[in-house]
Order: sequence, then structure tokens, then C-alpha cells
Amino acid sequence: MSLLTQRLRVLPFLPAYVALYFLFLYLPILLLPVFSFNDAATTTFPLAGFTTKWYASLAGNSVMLQAAWNSLVVGVAVSLLSTVLGICAARAITRYRFRGQRAAAGLIMAPLFLPEIIVAVSLLMIVLAMGVELSLITVILGQTVFCVPYAMSVLVSGFEGFDRSLEEASYDLGETAIGTFRRVTLPVVAPAIVSSLLVTFTISLDEFILAFFLSGTEPTLPVYIWGQLRFAAKLPGVLALGSVMLVASILMLTLAEILRRRAERRTQMAFTLP
Amino acid sequence: MTAAAFGALADTPSSGRRKAWMRSEEARGLALISPTFLYALALLFLPVLIVIAYSFWTQDYLDIDRTFTLENYRQALTEPIYRDLFVRSLWISLTVSIVTVVFSYPVAWFISFHGGVHKNLWLFLVTVPCWTSYLLRVMSWKVILGYGGVMNTGLISMGLIDKPLTSLLYNSNAVVITLVHSWAAFAILPIYVSLQKIDRTLIEAARDLGDSRLKAFLRITLPVSLPGIISAFLIVMIPTVGDYVTPRLVGGKDGVMIATAIQAQFGKAANWPLGAALSVTTMVLVSLTAAAVVLALKFTVRRIR
Repeated sequence: MSLLTQRLRVLPFLPAYVALYFLFLYLPILLLPVFSFNDAATTTFPLAGFTTKWYASLAGNSVMLQAAWNSLVVGVAVSLLSTVLGICAARAITRYRFRGQRAAAGLIMAPLFLPEIIVAVSLLMIVLAMGVELSLITVILGQTVFCVPYAMSVLVSGFEGFDRSLEEASYDLGETAIGTFRRVTLPVVAPAIVSSLLVTFTISLDEFILAFFLSGTEPTLPVYIWGQLRFAAKLPGVLALGSVMLVASILMLTLAEILRRRAERRTQMAFTLP
Repeated sequence: MTAAAFGALADTPSSGRRKAWMRSEEARGLALISPTFLYALALLFLPVLIVIAYSFWTQDYLDIDRTFTLENYRQALTEPIYRDLFVRSLWISLTVSIVTVVFSYPVAWFISFHGGVHKNLWLFLVTVPCWTSYLLRVMSWKVILGYGGVMNTGLISMGLIDKPLTSLLYNSNAVVITLVHSWAAFAILPIYVSLQKIDRTLIEAARDLGDSRLKAFLRITLPVSLPGIISAFLIVMIPTVGDYVTPRLVGGKDGVMIATAIQAQFGKAANWPLGAALSVTTMVLVSLTAAAVVLALKFTVRRIR
């Protein structure tokens, strides 16, 4: 520790820099809730007073509530679908070695390295070329492509280090492949799976571009917000809605992180057992 | 193809070998990854191929003329409006990726070398803002940088300026600031991972043998973390070139990027082939630029060493 503090003395500005960096990161997401309680239709300092009327106005907004319902449906479907696909891929990559593994993983992870608009445009073209109507289903299919890489990275870190001999012992004792998965593998990796569900649900809830291109006449919450941004008078209501979404996202991510760490600890424990 | 191969093998005497293969590691791995792989093939690879195909066709009112043509690419590359948009998009994404990497490197270094037992907590705190709604964060920057926004009214009430600054919002600087904020965590994580791999005793050894701190950093830390810097750079640069929301909300006239033009071809203008050609050109240009920067980075770091 003394060595560390000694080294830090050489760079006295570094902690201050890191603090500034964090201020930069958090300022925008802290401002939304601040102004959502502000008793004025504009976002200026000094603040005008405390009110919860913007939140109250959300409850009676049926268009917004419908969009929220759409987001919920899409989010649940996307998180289930992308986590199931993620489990297959993560398991294949951490448990087996096969030719073409890198290429397959590369294609699955590619959406991380592509401009989202290109993914959106290409999906729109194939959907319309096949004569499929735009709907929430097309949003679900599109967002899943985009969420699988995230599901996979969460799951790979949960599956890695999983002791194979536990499963082999289970086979040797006469358990079937499915039985082994259910009674040996699943309990160890369950936290990682839940973590993946939460992360992908959050991404889907907040995802805009794919929903914007693929949703047709049924908007999700971000698409609804996009439509509201044109009207300055609607801004406080959007801020209130945005704050609710922020809090929901942060709660789910925190829970996901706690579970992910538990998953890590569990695989390590399974690993150190005699 | 594999299904056909299975079928062919089933009737031959080698079906015993086939059974052995089916039980092998390789077959199980392939079988397990195939649902995900096929999904990505159908909804990512195939659509991209269709975009490429369309880029060589022509829009004929409501129909598509499928004779091969390079006309869309000629338009994309020679019309001044698209040329300006390409140049600006590349310039903005290059600036954003360099600024993000440079500003994030010290933070990644701090977490890796001084994070102590709370490294995971630090990383979590870095990633939280990036996981929240992108649209909302851009909106928040609009609120911060706007004419009657937080920055201006705050500066005025502190008495630092008399009248609002108009230079904050609706230009390419606003786009750069917002994008740097959006992609911070994507730069920190790969750099952090590469810094974690550095053998700390190497640095101690260099110091013991008389290297200055700066020299030890330039000769050990920087070269070893170069792969992290490169992936941070790529994961920021390539997606930002096609950003749609940020230029639309905070860019104004001065900050329009290529995504707006692409979107217009699929919306109002209804010229899919041109939109496809613009998309393909964007990908090619950004890949070339990124490759050039990666080569330059590698070369420079080798020279420093």
C-alpha cells in the first residue's frame, strides 16, 4: 500500500482527474431526475421549486402507457430469446473446441462492431423484401441480434472456470445429459443466466434505432419519447418518464452485477472443492 | 450443407465413423452453437448481403431494376452533399475515438494500478451510465448545452458570462462531446483488460535498472496495452460513424452525419439502392480509416520502444 501511495504522489492530479471524469459521466444522468421534479416547463437554473405533477401527468397518458406495455412485451421476449441463444453459444465456446469456432463467435459478436444504423437498415430491407409487416415481432427479432453479443459476454464469464469434472462425475454416476445439466450445471450457472436476462432486458428497454426502424405503428418507449422531443412543452413529462426508466435500468443493472459476481464466486467455489 | 453431408454419410459403410464423429467434441460444439450461429446468419449476415446486392441495383419508382450498375456508388462518391457528409462523419468518429481513448486511458490505468480490492466496483460504476438509455443521455446533453440550458444559465448565475453562449449546441463539437460521453465505458474496458495482463515485476525491474517512470511507461506499459488501445479505438470509431440520434438531436445543421442521409433514402426519398450504396460506402471508408490509424499506432509505438 505504501508503494501505491508513493506512486500516486508522483501523479497527484490523477485522483482529481478520475473524479472529474466520473462527474462528466454522471452529470447528464443525474440532471434528468433533478429537472423532472422542477416546477417549470423549461430546464434552466436556478430551479423553480419542487413538484411531482410531471409524474402525475404520466399516469393518465394512455399513449405512453401503451408504449410502456409494448416495451415490456418486447423486453421480455428479447431477453428470453437472446439469453437462450446466448446460453447455446457461450456453452459451445467454453466447453468444446471445434473448427470454425472463432469464425462463428465472430459473426455472433459482430453487431458490437457495426454501426447500428447499418444493422437496422439491413434488417428493414430483408423484412420488407420478404413481405413481412412491421410489428413488435420484427422489433423483437432485430433487437435479439443486437442483444445476443451482450448475453454471450455475460454468460461466457459465468461459464468460464466451470469445473468439467463435476459433470463427468455426474455422467459416471448414471445421470443423463439433460439431468446433468438440470442438477449440476444449472445451479452453478443460474446467477449468470439471470444476470444475462436482466442485462438484455435493459438493453432492449433502452434501444432506440432498431425499434425506430422496425416498429411500424406500435412504438416502444424510446420511439414514443423520440416523437415527443419535437414539442418543447412536452419536455418535463419526457424528463419524468426518462427518470423512471433510468432508475429502472440502474436497479436492474445493479442486480445483474450482484448476480454476476455471485456466479463468479460459485464457479470458483465449485472449482476449489476437493 | 452439413445436413446434406449427414444424409450422404448415413447410407455409406462409414456410418460407424459418422456415429463416432457425432459423439465427438467437435460435433457437439457445432450442434450447440448452431442455433445462435444460424440466427446471426439469417438476421445479420444475409441482410448485409442483401444490402450489398441492392447497392448495385436501381430504384425504378416502386420497382427495383436488377441490372448491375455502379451508378449508386458514383452518386455516393461524387455528389458534394454525400462527400461532405462522409468526410464529416469520418472526421467526427475519428475525433471521438481518439479523444475517448486518450481521456479514458488514465482512468483505466488508475483502476488497474490503484483500484485495490474494489476494481470490480470501479468498473461497474464506469459502465452504469453507458447502459442507461442512449436517447435519454443525448437528450440530457441537449438540456445541458442548450441556449437556455444548464451550462448557460449556470454560467450566467455565477456571473461568468453576461449572455448565453450560442456556440455550445447545434454544431459538431456538441456531437463530439455527447458521443465521447456515450462511448467512455467501451474504451475503458478493453484498455483495462490489457493493463491487467501486464506483469508488474517488469515495471519494477525497469525502474530498478534505471529507467525513469516515463520511460518505463513508454517501454513497457504502453506497448503491452496496445492491443487494448486498438480494440478500444475500433469499438468506438466504427459504430460512431453511423450514429443517428446524436447528430439529429444536438448536431444542428453543422453536425449532420451520414446516417441522416441513409435514413432519408429508406424514408422520404425512398431510394433503397442509393441508401444501400451509402451504407456500404460508409462501412468501407470507416474500415479503411480505422485500419490506417491502427497501422500508424503500431508503427509509432514500435518507434518509441
